[in-house]
This record gives sequence, C-alpha cells and structure tokens, in this order.
Amino acid sequence: MSEAILSEQPHSSWDRLRSNLGRVLTLPGVGPLLALLVASAFFATQTNKFLTGQNWSLIFQQVIVVGTLAIGQTLVILTAGIDLSNGMVMALGSVLMTSLAVDFGVPPVAAVALGFGITALFGLLNGSLVALVRLPPFIVTLGTLNIAYAVTRIYRTTTISNLPPSLTALGNTFVINQTAITYGSILMVVLYLVMWFVLRETAWGRHVYALGDNPEATRLAGISTTRLLISVYTLAGLFYGIAGLLMVARTQVGDPQAGQTANLDSVTAVVLGGTSLFGGRGNILGTLIGALIVGVFRNGLQLMGIPSMYQVLITGILVILAVSVDQLSHRGQG
Amino acid sequence: MNPHATPMDRVQLNANSGGSIQPILQARGLTKRYGHVTALDGTDFELLPGEILAVIGDNGAGKSTLIKALAGALIPDEGEILLNGERIHFHNPLDARRHGIETVYQDLAVAPQLNIVENIFLGREIRRPGLWGSLLHMLDKKRMMDDTVRYMSDLNIGIRSMDQRVGTLSGGQRQGVAVARSAAFARNVVIMDEPTAALGVKESRMVVELIRQVRERGLPVILISHNMPQVFDLADRIHIQRLGKRVAVVKPGDCSMSDAVAIMTGALEAKDLAQNGQ
Repeated sequence: MSEAILSEQPHSSWDRLRSNLGRVLTLPGVGPLLALLVASAFFATQTNKFLTGQNWSLIFQQVIVVGTLAIGQTLVILTAGIDLSNGMVMALGSVLMTSLAVDFGVPPVAAVALGFGITALFGLLNGSLVALVRLPPFIVTLGTLNIAYAVTRIYRTTTISNLPPSLTALGNTFVINQTAITYGSILMVVLYLVMWFVLRETAWGRHVYALGDNPEATRLAGISTTRLLISVYTLAGLFYGIAGLLMVARTQVGDPQAGQTANLDSVTAVVLGGTSLFGGRGNILGTLIGALIVGVFRNGLQLMGIPSMYQVLITGILVILAVSVDQLSHRGQG
Repeated sequence: MNPHATPMDRVQLNANSGGSIQPILQARGLTKRYGHVTALDGTDFELLPGEILAVIGDNGAGKSTLIKALAGALIPDEGEILLNGERIHFHNPLDARRHGIETVYQDLAVAPQLNIVENIFLGREIRRPGLWGSLLHMLDKKRMMDDTVRYMSDLNIGIRSMDQRVGTLSGGQRQGVAVARSAAFARNVVIMDEPTAALGVKESRMVVELIRQVRERGLPVILISHNMPQVFDLADRIHIQRLGKRVAVVKPGDCSMSDAVAIMTGALEAKDLAQNGQ
C-alpha cells in the first residue's frame, strides 16, 4: 500500500497532552462552569447562608424567566443572528394568556395555548423576514420589539391580577430535604436538557450549528437554509411564550410593563455561557450556567450587603471578558 | 468517414478512438443567455466512463456556466443533458446530487466548527435504527464515524481522528475531506471546480493525487482548472471551451500545452490542429 497522503504531523505525547488539555478548556461551557464554581466558592466563604438549598432554590427562581428566554436566544445566536424582541414578545404572550383567562373566561389551557401561539407567530415573522427578505436579524427584531411593545400597550396598560390557580401552577413548590423547589425551575432545567439533546443528537441540531458556521456550505450540502432559519426563530418564539407563562407563575400577574430589559439579559446569559456571537459555536448548557452566574453574583452580593449596582458593574465586566475570550479563541481558525 | 463531419468532429474522433462508448454525462446544444450576453451558445459536452475530463477556457468562455448547468446550479434555456443516455432535468444542486453527481468547490465548502464526520454527512445524516431514530430522530454517530474512517482510508488520506473540527485542519486536508465526501456519495460523476486554487504547491500535489485515486475507483471526474501543467498531467481528455461553444476536445499526448492555449484564446483554429495531427 502506498504512503498515506495529507497526513497529520506526528505528535509527541507532551504535545498530545497539551492539545487535549487545551481542547477540554476551550470546549464551550467549560470556562463558564469554572467561573460559576469560583464565584460560588468565593460567596460560600463570605456568607454561610449562600450554600444552602433554600438559597439555591431562590437563585433558580430568580433566573427562571431570563433563563428560559435565553434558550430561544441561544438557538438564534447559534445561527449568527440575534433576537432583540424576545422580552417584549414574552410580555405580549403573558398579557394575552392572563387577559383571555381573566377578562374573557377562556379556559386556562386554551389561554396559554393562544399565548404560545402569538409568541411563536412573532418568531415566525422574525424568521421569515430574516430568511426570505434577507434583512439583518438585528434590524428585524428591533422592529418587532417595538411592534410587540406597542401591541401590548395598545391592548392593555394595567396589570391583570386574580389569575385562576392553574395559570400560576408552575410557581407551586414541592419539598425535598426541607428545600422548597418550584415546578417552574424543574421545567426550565428539563427544557435545557431537551434542547441540549436536540442540538447534539439530531440532524436538525447539527444543521443549526452548520448554518451559523458556514451558511454557504450548508446550502451547498442540500439543506434548505430558509426553512431551517424560520424553524429556529419560530421555536425560539415558543420558548418566549413558555418564559411568559413562567413569569406569570412567578409574579402572579399579567404585566404589560414586564420584560423591558430581558432581551439584553438573555444575550448576557448566552454570551457568559460561552456561545459565540459569530454563530456556529457554543453549548446550550453553557447558557444555563451563564444565567446562573448572573443570578449567583446578584444573590451573593445581596447576602454580603453590597449595593445592587455593583452586581450590574460586575456583569458588565464579565460580559466583556467572555466576549474577549471568544474573540481570542476564534482567531487562527478559518 | 461521414461526409458531413465538421472539423470539430474529426478532433473529437481523434480524441476518443471509437465513438461507440456510451458517455456517462452528455450535453447537446446547451444555451444560456443573460439579457444580451450569451454565456453558452449551443455547447456540446461528453464525459466518458472512468476518465478525467478537464474543461479549460478563457474567462467568459462559458466554462463555469456549463459546469453549473451540469451540477444543477442553473437551468439552461435550450439544449438537453443526458445521464447514462437518459434525458434529465435538474432544478437545483440537490437534484444533481440525487442523480449521483457530486461537486467539490474551490472555496473549501466545509463548516470549520463541525468535525470531519459531521462535515462528511452534512445534509445526509444517518439516523439510528429503531425507535431512537424514528421517534427521537437520534443520529447514528457510531455508524457515521465508521463509514467516515472507511471513506478516508479508501482514498488513503492519513488523517487519524475523525472527531476533530475541520477548522483545525490544513487547507489541503480540508479539501481532502471535501473530496472524500464527494467520492463517497457520487454514483456517477464528481465535478471538481478549481479544487486546488486555494492551496499551496505541496498540498495541491496531494489533492491531485486524490483526484487520481477517485478515477481509479471508477468514478469519472470533470476537472475545471486554470493550471495548465496540472490539466496536462491529470486529464485523459481536455474539453476546450471558447465563446460559449466547445471548439475542441484533445488528448494531452496529441496536443501541446501551447496549442491548447492557442485554441482556447482563438489564436489557432481547431481544424488546423486536426490537420497537423493527421
């Protein structure tokens, strides 16, 4: 047999160890996980209230809404897009589902389904404008942000209360080891695991990565990038509806003022979680960790009695650090 | 000899002694116009079994339009394309792929963040058997990995770990992945569109070696290249395109490089060459 061609250079075992170590450290999600552990260890030494089950249950409850929004945001960012409309779309969904149930007596299940319908419809609109009209995602979702906000406020300016109990059921808790855990936290974690599976193990998931990585190669491979993009934005819209339901469960009201900074908060979680804004690279579980990092800093600093503006300051610094790390690790690869 | 034979037919007969072989891929009278510009002006084309056919032509000769028509990337206004003697219509590149025609592009059409297996199977993933596949749409990663190892060793490509990201490979190795992908899935034809244009000298030579191995496995190759020494080194026959038409088909042994360039640029008529050769 003739000599193999295009062979790799032979590696020494030291080289291999170093490159394997480098590979593990640059896996998306590993850096954020280390950051989360270091921050948690720090707060655990500062206050003994931090490492309790109750406190962690609280941290999870605080990140539920942004965390669920960020699932959709991750999908969009993996395709090298961005969704600025998600917070407003979520608010519209939550106002619609609560108003239908309270003002019109629609059965809660149907009201929730219609709420999910409107958020998915906004996702479909975003996706169609990006994929078919080929407008930049930033501009499209800036437009739909304003549309969703205006529609919500034209429809309703006051909060909707006295919700039927089934609408807020996800805010109920069960107790393990004297720690009260909300069903909503469990739902969020399950949704992350489902999407992690889908992105990793199905053709659709691999196509999402390929599309963000090299759209032309994806198209030449015979994949309909138009359909793929529309499916991503629509699915993201569905997640915004679920986030709306979780918000309703947590706050016990339908609030037309809600979610105004949630879009940037969800981008923060995605970026802290190590997903590249260039698309094609990232791990959705990293986004959960990113959301938890924000939650841990807020909670830990609060427990230490440090003013909340420092939490904002630190989040800002972390975002810049995370993007710098991504930018540096992106260089030198085609 | 046929009294109506044109000079071009004679060149054609010179080039493939024995006109009875059924071409794998054939085009007759392909025409494509863009407004007032005629990119293809009734061009013919034949690819014979097991050969490497180079297509050369100056800029604007209609070379890339011809290739796009054969690869399904555009629909010609007139003329017909026959695959194994049967008339076919391609509406998009996917149609051509379904008919076993694969294309390797010069600009390394791979996804750098995906690994080698994922790139090989992009758009053609294999699902697991049973409920895992049908219900959960789970991919059969092990089978795709095993197949990839086989495809790469079939072409004698010495890359060991198939789970590394393509972005970590050299340009030549990436093109190796692209060639392995097309060789694995092509049943009829592999089209190589300037496959070494983005590569250095050493890696170009290795990709040339790969192209030979694809032919040795029985797949005919259409090679588009500007690199004349490479064309004369690799090709069994050379299709010369000029002003939207096929002006000649020559064999590297029967025609000098400078004559081929002269026909390509119009400095030499194909019939003069044919007479010289007789």
